[in-house]
Amino acid sequence: MSSTEFIQQLINGLSLGAFYALIALGYTMVYGVLRFINFAHGDVFMIGAFCGYYLSPRLLPHFTGWLTPLGPVTVLILTMLICALLGITIEKLAYRPLRSRPKLTVLITAIGVSLFLEYGGQFVFGADPKSFPELMPDRALEGTGALTITTTQLAAFIVTVILLVALTLIVKRTRLGMAMRALSNNPTAAALMGINVDTVISFTFGLGSALAGAAGILFALSYPSIDPLMGLLPGIKAFVAAVLGGIGSIPGAAIGGIILGVVETFVGASAFSTYRDAIAFSLLIVILLVRPAGIFGRVQPEKV
Amino acid sequence: MILFLCLTEPFELRASHAQAIGWATVKPFIRYILVPVLFATGGLLARQARAQDIVVGEFASLTGSEATFGVSSSNGVELAKEEINNAGGLLGGRKIKVIMEDDQSRPGQPSAAVKKLVANDKAIAIVGEIASSRSLEAAPICQNAKIPMVSPGSTNPSVTEKGDYIFRVCFIDPFQGTVMAKFALDNLHAKKIAILQDVKSDYSKGLAQFFREYFTSHGGQIVTDLSYTGGGTDKDFRAQLTKIKTGQPDAIFVPGYYTEAGLIAKQARSLGIKVPLLGGDGWDSPKLTEIGGAALDGCYFSTHFSVQDKNAKVQDFVKKYQAKFRAVPDGMAPLGYDAMMILGQAINTASSTDGTKIRDALASVKDYPGVTGNITIDEKRNAKKAAVVLEVKGSKTNFFATVPP
Repeated sequence: MSSTEFIQQLINGLSLGAFYALIALGYTMVYGVLRFINFAHGDVFMIGAFCGYYLSPRLLPHFTGWLTPLGPVTVLILTMLICALLGITIEKLAYRPLRSRPKLTVLITAIGVSLFLEYGGQFVFGADPKSFPELMPDRALEGTGALTITTTQLAAFIVTVILLVALTLIVKRTRLGMAMRALSNNPTAAALMGINVDTVISFTFGLGSALAGAAGILFALSYPSIDPLMGLLPGIKAFVAAVLGGIGSIPGAAIGGIILGVVETFVGASAFSTYRDAIAFSLLIVILLVRPAGIFGRVQPEKV
Repeated sequence: MILFLCLTEPFELRASHAQAIGWATVKPFIRYILVPVLFATGGLLARQARAQDIVVGEFASLTGSEATFGVSSSNGVELAKEEINNAGGLLGGRKIKVIMEDDQSRPGQPSAAVKKLVANDKAIAIVGEIASSRSLEAAPICQNAKIPMVSPGSTNPSVTEKGDYIFRVCFIDPFQGTVMAKFALDNLHAKKIAILQDVKSDYSKGLAQFFREYFTSHGGQIVTDLSYTGGGTDKDFRAQLTKIKTGQPDAIFVPGYYTEAGLIAKQARSLGIKVPLLGGDGWDSPKLTEIGGAALDGCYFSTHFSVQDKNAKVQDFVKKYQAKFRAVPDGMAPLGYDAMMILGQAINTASSTDGTKIRDALASVKDYPGVTGNITIDEKRNAKKAAVVLEVKGSKTNFFATVPP
């Protein structure tokens, strides 16, 4: 493998990993606060892509002249808002009534919500793949020599970094973020200190779902064929990325996503492209054998 | 009437002889005898009501990743059915009734659909599918039930090898692969080819294999051979394409389905790959250019039919199709039409709805003038027909060449 090809594959892997990272953040935040895996997360990602599909033709014509670049940004922000609302609604309707029940009950409910969104989506949007509108011109950047980086790849990467930084600031620097961390540390003690548990959990779901919505738009921009089951596989992979990075850890989710994307890309380009997912996932098993709590995770001793 | 009495009787018993015959003794009687009897009677009545119709089952991918295949081919079947029924039906005035099942483009669904069509709907013949993997799933069920199955567009050779009740009205991949390999050698003067195949599809793997065999035995070289997972699973092909780019091929053969082909073309162009992409009839869908757009300009694929064909039979079909469905037919629509027409003819020749007799009639079809060409069913139950090569340009497909069998 020549060095050009190596760097090119690295770029491919990074841009694929950025999507996994963005989705993984939602898994990891919900897990950090509630200790439960929201399996419907990948489907919120799908709803995000469909929001973009339906919003773009209605919104973009209003942005002309110097306003043109603001069009896609508006679509992105609106989609994130819609997905945040969806996430909060799902939590309110499906998970909140079960909060005191065994974790398994909530997990099964999450699978139910996931199936509801997938097949509800097939009913509402239709099951055939739709081609996603071009929100921005997709072409290769100039001046990169033999390497190719496309505008959509770059946009996806930049948006991911911005959202990651924003998320870290929210969690580390705001009162709500502090409440989230407190809740993650000890829910009972946090409630006793006057933290409104319901609000914080709603906020967490809103934030995670907004990120999934953004990922949906960016994913559809890069791979412009969307269908109601599109969230299934990226959802599973992002979940694996979150576990790999150490579930509950925000930088862990980002790093886990990137690692998964890069590994997949390199295996895909090798002679074993048929076994791409199998090899990528075996590698993850090996990493987890060495670090069972994930790269950034801490093993928490069970108090008896 | 008697059934009605039976139904009401237990309640009276319960009221008057509650001690002697308890509800508990009556309940199993209702559950195990009465209910099945009622259902059986209902079923008999329902079947009698449509005994006049000739029931043909159809399974197709109306939804999912290959949805346009199912929609187009079933539109073709619908058109043929209407024509046959309007012309007075079959076997002296009996109408055809098509019962349709959607397999959602998903593995596992075709066998469920065909079992239902054969067992519940008593279909006397089955039409379907386009995708070879899904036809392969249904074929053994039809074979075991001795119900003839006619596939409109499955080109993998193993489909009809499943048994002597399985037919098709299209050419097969050893021919289609050769057509594209020949095209790459003679028209594109390509020496080096890269292949990117879908491991999930029997069609794609077969086509890749036959392409490779012809191409390498005629002086060409396969520089890279990589794969992906189709059916909407893989969306990122940059890893494979980056690798393919380093081999500097003269063209890339992508024997997959249209959803992936569109995305592959787009990503190939964005990586700076400028050589043409070649495909098979799996590309033949209006969604191809919807997804791939300008990235597909100058790419070629082989298929069964072109709307630009001047043949009167083709133009007549295109006109009728457009009048009914308000869309330009792709290659799968006339295949569905031909499959139903040939089946109708076979039922008339057999002058029976018996599976074995229809099978024999199908096996003897000779020089049937179909929309997709003259159809002669050979001893392996395949149709020998010409292929057309189409060129994609400006989100449209243009007729490029006809390749005789």
